[in-house]
Amino acid sequence: MMKSLMIAGLLAAAPLAALAEEKPVLTVYTYDSFTADWGPGPAVEKAFEATCDCDLRYVTAGDAAALLSRVLLEGQNTKADVVLGLDTNLTEQALKSGLFAPHGETSARFNLPVAWDDPVFVPYDWGYFAFVYDKTKVKSVPASFEELGKSDLKIVIEDPRSSSPGLGLLMWVKAAYGDRAPEIWKALAHNIVTVAPGWSEAYGLFLKGEADMVLSYTTSPAYHVFAEKDDSKAAAPFREGHYLQIEVAARTATTQQPALADRFLAFMTGPEFQKLIPETNWMYPAVTPAGGLPAEFQALIRPEKALLLPAAEAAALRDKATEEWRAALSQ
Amino acid sequence: MARGPVAIDRGAIWPGLAVLALVLALVLGPLALVLAQAGGAGAITAADWAAVRFTLWQAALSAGLSTVLAVPVARALARRRFAGRAALVTALGAPFILPVIVAVLGLLALFGRAGILGRALTALGLPPVPIYGLQGVLVAHLFLNLPLAVRMILNGWAAIPPERFRLAAALGLAPRDVARLIERPMLRATLPGVALSIFLVCLTSFTVILIMGGGPRATSLGLAIYQAFRLEFALGHAASLAALQLALGLAATGAGLMVLRPAAFGAGRGLASLAPPADPKWLARIADALAIALLALFLALPVGLAALAGLAHLPGLEAEVLRAGARSMVIALAASALATAGALLAGQAIAHLPARSGRLADAAAMLALGVSPLVIGTGAFLAIRPFADPVRLALPVTLLANALMAFPFALRILAPDLAALRADYGRLSQSLGLTGRARLRLVTLPRLRRPLAFAAGLSAALSMGDLGVITLFSDPAQATLPALLYQRMGQYRMDEAYGISALLMGLSFGLFWAFDRMGRKDADA
Repeated sequence: MMKSLMIAGLLAAAPLAALAEEKPVLTVYTYDSFTADWGPGPAVEKAFEATCDCDLRYVTAGDAAALLSRVLLEGQNTKADVVLGLDTNLTEQALKSGLFAPHGETSARFNLPVAWDDPVFVPYDWGYFAFVYDKTKVKSVPASFEELGKSDLKIVIEDPRSSSPGLGLLMWVKAAYGDRAPEIWKALAHNIVTVAPGWSEAYGLFLKGEADMVLSYTTSPAYHVFAEKDDSKAAAPFREGHYLQIEVAARTATTQQPALADRFLAFMTGPEFQKLIPETNWMYPAVTPAGGLPAEFQALIRPEKALLLPAAEAAALRDKATEEWRAALSQ
Repeated sequence: MARGPVAIDRGAIWPGLAVLALVLALVLGPLALVLAQAGGAGAITAADWAAVRFTLWQAALSAGLSTVLAVPVARALARRRFAGRAALVTALGAPFILPVIVAVLGLLALFGRAGILGRALTALGLPPVPIYGLQGVLVAHLFLNLPLAVRMILNGWAAIPPERFRLAAALGLAPRDVARLIERPMLRATLPGVALSIFLVCLTSFTVILIMGGGPRATSLGLAIYQAFRLEFALGHAASLAALQLALGLAATGAGLMVLRPAAFGAGRGLASLAPPADPKWLARIADALAIALLALFLALPVGLAALAGLAHLPGLEAEVLRAGARSMVIALAASALATAGALLAGQAIAHLPARSGRLADAAAMLALGVSPLVIGTGAFLAIRPFADPVRLALPVTLLANALMAFPFALRILAPDLAALRADYGRLSQSLGLTGRARLRLVTLPRLRRPLAFAAGLSAALSMGDLGVITLFSDPAQATLPALLYQRMGQYRMDEAYGISALLMGLSFGLFWAFDRMGRKDADA
């Protein structure tokens, strides 16, 4: 009796199991704050699964650099179909690995400050690096690196050897000043209170009052307005232009679901995904959603000039620029 | 030391050697896997050597300063009795077990430009404390390690059999003679181990050196390893640097253990421990009071300021954070049990081995302090991936890494007492035929209750602070408390991060305190 009941149960369950297996699985590798409860991940999963008839699964690493490390370690055996969360400092290394494949045609019209026609990497958000300060404390705001260097303002920056924003700042100075970069760094030496290992530590030091300004993003003040009703933070517009950070995703060369992966990348640049970005990642969406940007983004500065070195050029410059930086600040 | 005449007790040696073999495998295995993946080692560059020089220099200074400054404070604490003394002794563990970024922010709340001292100086028209630079690195390393050094030396004082002090009193010895005949040999036995532990901790220091160092003048080997792993993806270079770090640790350990000599006070009759005679001269009294007060302030202010910053945000913490707290507690307790039991077995083996092989085994055990979390994490990932999904094993890997990190500390705490136990009770145990488990139960455990509890508490608290080895395969659904702290900080959520850090401090310190209480019941340290 027991046995036949069990068999009946198994028979009844079988079609369900088969149905579940038929659903294709799309594995997306990303950094862990993307999938946090307050990040865009959960809503993205729900919205995409409603249209794709598939199972979207996240696999996470601690941050963008760890994410690429993991994919590089896995190599051809990676289970990733899509990798979401690399930034423009990492794409050259990712491309050289040969682990990423060109995406299918996307019809997206990006609202980036620069033209974007990369065949492999699809942007989903972006931001300008900027020095953020407290309006109630800093009265005379520098409008360029040269003015900053002449001022007595104290700044916290990130180390280019351990963080992406640090590398962004290095490239910013290089893109704006070229061979004059060492001179600019020497002038800034007396402003730099300390060099933090990463953005979190630098921003934490700034909020504690250790420095007048911190290297962050033009969008940082929006978070304080939105979450803390605090509009005292602002970003300083610099005349020489602002360097860009663009966050991208790509599909892997080894994916067994190329069509589904392309569909996800297309969904990523669509309104349902893009409208989540401003108030979860605190960056600009790659494609401005129809409703426009949230209110707290309206008051942000919009730099007139955007700087971005081509990925290959930035990668080739990195060692030399880091050495210049180190030498100028070690004196 | 009565090593020679006593026959080697194999039962006391084999389990310990097995533990040491496991530790070596956990230290060297991941490195070998990373090397294999890289297809060979990378060259060490001129910039790397510059980083090595600075790393060694600051570690030597930090270890020397902490040890030298700890002696007068420990002596003052050992010979004076005052209200709140027990609480202060327990609190000595606090800075060491803080997550580094929390400790640094706490220190800056005191010494920083916007800190209490800084603002006071600015108000007086003076420049702020020049805290960033080598001096800042040293202050931070002192803050983190000095209390631990005091505690370890204080344990040395407590381990002196009270009969020796009574005899000294009966003979009418002056404090100077007590220092020469009793205290100096104890310090001679304790200080090398203390300095060595601190040197090894500072050898792998990363965040402190970057933030407090103030710029690229202060570049550490830890930063070079991070850069090679995460920004350059140069595994071969990373492996070479990690191997270099291990070699430096090994060389330091070798040098440290060469000068280490166990004290030989002989066995006491197990009387309640006795404070060394307090120097009645008023100058000595003032000096002692000053030493204790300065240490208490240096400890309490930054810790208090760090805790205060988070207290207000404690009630707002989400259920997710509390679950992570429970998870971290379980990991901490398990890692503490592993580390302490392992250190007990290994320490017993070391005490029973002939002197030279004992030292070799001791050095091998200390290797675990020079290990890079990035190597452990990458090695674990490479080892697990062919067989299972690493995410499923993320917590066991964290547990094992934490136990591995705590093991050398537990060993350093237990080793002096195990050596003394062997010297004092080795023959008696042998003549009674006490071996193996019976000896552990009847002799070792009762005599070692105090250091065992201290080792277990410290290991548990250290594990609460987490190593963060699993960044390659972290899963937010099973995050630990320190992982959440960094995740929140990375997303502007500083208030939540401070709340989490207050919770983390509370839990770490609670664990440490509970264990420490167990060890000090009916005995004053």
